[in-house]
Amino acid sequence: MHELPVTQSLLEIALRHAEAAGAKRIVQLNLVIGQFSSIVDDSVQFYWDIISRGTIAEGARLHFERTPGQLRCVACGEVFSIDGKDYVCPMCESTQVVVVSGDDFRLESIEVE
Amino acid sequence: MTRRVSVVENILSANDRLAADNRARLDEARVFAINLMASPGAGKTSLITRTVEALRDRLRIGVVDGDLASTLDADRVAALGIPAVQVNTGGNCHLDAVMLQSALPQLPLEELDLLIVENVGNLVCPASFKLGVHKDVLIASVPEGDDKPYKYPPMYRGVDALVLNKIDVLGAFDFDVDYFRRGVEVLNPGLAFFPLSCKTGEGLSAWLDWVEGQVRSFKEQG
Repeated sequence: MHELPVTQSLLEIALRHAEAAGAKRIVQLNLVIGQFSSIVDDSVQFYWDIISRGTIAEGARLHFERTPGQLRCVACGEVFSIDGKDYVCPMCESTQVVVVSGDDFRLESIEVE
Repeated sequence: MTRRVSVVENILSANDRLAADNRARLDEARVFAINLMASPGAGKTSLITRTVEALRDRLRIGVVDGDLASTLDADRVAALGIPAVQVNTGGNCHLDAVMLQSALPQLPLEELDLLIVENVGNLVCPASFKLGVHKDVLIASVPEGDDKPYKYPPMYRGVDALVLNKIDVLGAFDFDVDYFRRGVEVLNPGLAFFPLSCKTGEGLSAWLDWVEGQVRSFKEQG
């Protein structure tokens, strides 16, 4: 339930970069969200539609790219996605595994006119 | 004509900037701060009470207490007779850097060695909002179950120390400590781990030594 502050922060960042780029309108925001970050797309979109009103970002689309939480087996090198039950290599059943992706939580770019 | 402008900025960058301001203020006052996070009922207030009682003769301690609406926790802490500030989040599910920023001027920071921040009981949201403290600590507890590192990985990813409270009731629950620790080790290799019981006092000394050691080495950095 922290989508409102997340959305407010998004708007602030997008407007700042759009202004610096001399843009008249923001058409789309490209977000990269890893599986280890918890936000609900629909909820962010809901707040976005309200708080972007009257700004140059009004009506902009939010595009969410989801990156999976992935682990790599130290023993055999297998890379696999987390399943929420255990962190065990599906190939060799080793528990010596490390996180390789899933921490993303950023605004990658904006598309402007 | 549409064109793409590269941004590449953490979505909560505004909060991160305020957190950095908080850190600067704490460093300036030479007070070491820790943020205690946990699900409701894991024992945040109990651990604070135990820690204050054990270390108050050697360290000057203050507390910031984040709570949804009540003053129950703040009352328990204030009863200890140390500087304590309640931050009422008004139903918000986490503390953020702004809330801590507003609490800091209400404390005699220059007269403190250790500031303990009690976050709102929640295993999801507090993980995203940095406060600017020196160490983030997660308190898990036996009755919650041993699968929490698998269900709430973000919280376990970002902390600097982990307490497992209520080990006195291990025998009554199907809590596999090895399974629990294996998950933690994957998400946060080498994480400092303190199994203890606030009720019986078992394991507390290792936690207290860690806290005091952190404060001392911070102070020695000058």
